[in-house]
Amino acid sequence: MSAVRLPRSPKVLVGVGIVAFFTLLTVIGPWLAPDNPSVTDFIPNLAPSAHHWLGTTALGQDIFSQLLVGARATMIVAIVAGVVATILSVTVGVAAGYLGGKTDDGLTLMSNVFLAIPGLPLLIVIDSYLPPSGRSNSFAIGLIISLTGWAWGARVLRAQTMSLRNRDFVEAARIIGESRRRVMLFEIAPNLLPVLASSFLFTTLYSIGAYVTLAYVGLTSTAVWNWGTMMYWAQANNAPLAGQWYWFVPPGICIALIGTGLALLNFGIDEFINPRLRSAGLSSKVRRATGLPRRPRLGFTPVARPAPRAMTGTNPASTRVGVQ
Amino acid sequence: MRMLARRLSLYLVTAWVAITVNFLLPRLMPGNPVQTLIGKMTGQITTQQIQAIKLSFGIGLNQGLWSQYVGYWHQLFLGNLGTSITLSSPVSTVLKSAVPWTVGLIGVSTVLSFLVGTFSGALLGWFRGSRLDSVIPIATFFQAAPYFFLGTVVLLVFGSDLHWFPVLGAYSQTVTPGWHWNFIFSLVRYGELPVLTIVLSSVAGWMLGMRNMMITMVAEDFVLMAVAKGLPRRKVIMHAARNAVLPSVANLSLAIGLVVSGALLVELVFNYPGVGNLLLQAVLDEDYPLIQGIFLVITMTVLAANLLADIFYFILDPRTRTEAAV
Repeated sequence: MSAVRLPRSPKVLVGVGIVAFFTLLTVIGPWLAPDNPSVTDFIPNLAPSAHHWLGTTALGQDIFSQLLVGARATMIVAIVAGVVATILSVTVGVAAGYLGGKTDDGLTLMSNVFLAIPGLPLLIVIDSYLPPSGRSNSFAIGLIISLTGWAWGARVLRAQTMSLRNRDFVEAARIIGESRRRVMLFEIAPNLLPVLASSFLFTTLYSIGAYVTLAYVGLTSTAVWNWGTMMYWAQANNAPLAGQWYWFVPPGICIALIGTGLALLNFGIDEFINPRLRSAGLSSKVRRATGLPRRPRLGFTPVARPAPRAMTGTNPASTRVGVQ
Repeated sequence: MRMLARRLSLYLVTAWVAITVNFLLPRLMPGNPVQTLIGKMTGQITTQQIQAIKLSFGIGLNQGLWSQYVGYWHQLFLGNLGTSITLSSPVSTVLKSAVPWTVGLIGVSTVLSFLVGTFSGALLGWFRGSRLDSVIPIATFFQAAPYFFLGTVVLLVFGSDLHWFPVLGAYSQTVTPGWHWNFIFSLVRYGELPVLTIVLSSVAGWMLGMRNMMITMVAEDFVLMAVAKGLPRRKVIMHAARNAVLPSVANLSLAIGLVVSGALLVELVFNYPGVGNLLLQAVLDEDYPLIQGIFLVITMTVLAANLLADIFYFILDPRTRTEAAV
């Protein structure tokens, strides 16, 4: 099982394209920017022109440059938060699902508590106590965001680990005497890859939203250029009402686009995990080529269901899911 | 009943964690900003108020952390959340007038979003692979856009440019609040755009969950059986949808927290007099007692809503009851 076999539906291809584009922008955006985003050299409040593709701010800064430079800070925080949160959720989720018992109870309680506390208000409270040096530090903010964003992934990973724990190949590895750590790392972890990838994408998506929101509210340093601070300044100068859409709209569209890209990728992973969704995602052209019915018909995918429980047996093998 | 008892104990633990975090945060953060704030406010507020703030944030106290903690709980049970610095009135009084707006706004939008999303998701799942599927990326785009961005665009397009909806505030300034039709009508009109924004932003989640569950459901034998019996298509869809909706309802309690987070910002955009607007104003003013009080109240309200959602699920899914009987 490898994640390379992602279904090549148009959804996934568009998702890959969008994410690749913005990843590239993260790396080269600041070099591409025609001007320094903070320099106030130009005539204020210019409409878009050949010189300033997205016009200028009320302070006379080039908006297009801010957009290009802002990509990096936005994406770095999102990736830091995504990576840290994923590490947290793997640790907690896999340990809870594999070890079971009291450990599971404790860890599950912990992740459920984090799920139940509304994330943004908690973020705002923590962030409001940060000193200015913390607010301008992308890594510190990424870490705090990851604290509020790991629990969902842990929940999904725990469920997947529990379903893997009792499969034959894991049991076989245990019987031939492999250590617990080896079973977790080499037998279970590779099969968690699709769920892991999906949870990483989801957390990154959440982190972009959280970071941009904090910046918009004014809780990150306004001197660090990201798409949220751009909208903060636009709002502070009443740009939306003054008809300066070119100041307020581009960063918002960028955020929505990268989010859509990540979500589309996630749909691809969903289709990979659940093949029934895959055939639903095929275009009519592919359907013709492969001879599948154009309109999906009822009951044309096989259903995996538990084998009937043996009357006397308490043997767990008799209740295992059998693919027919 | 065991399921409900388990959920209830989870929410109690969560409430305890939230309260404890609220207590510890100002006491453990390096370079206490409340101290700086007091320095700034000296002369503007009475020494009594300063004393009260110092007391609730544990500054310059000779007490140990534990006795402070006990005192904190004592104040909470008395309903004392401290005094707002900028509004110089008790936080609980300030919140009492703001909470109903937020609960109303988010409650209505969550229910609407759930209904619209589940209904359209059921149709998308049944007619999967058809042209209807193009709705999914569009809905996803709306979900990925930040709430405040979508809110501002919706406000500009439908409110300021087209004048289809009234904007800013919760009701017209020309009517007096009260239980009469003029006020209720104004309330509904002013609520339309904020509700629309929240529904647009959150509908994709319900839609996709329902669609995927429906696709799985349609392959089950009981659906095939329903078709074979010759039931009209509408009935078959209902049949499958009733079974597919259960995971969505089970997720309702988890989703409320997410919706609340986003919806707080919609209030800011539309200048709605709710808790979100208050929170963001408090953040700008560095009004720490108010920020912390709001966090507590939001968390407790969300937990109560979660419990309601769980009870709803308990009523809807008979399996949760038979399990308890075993």
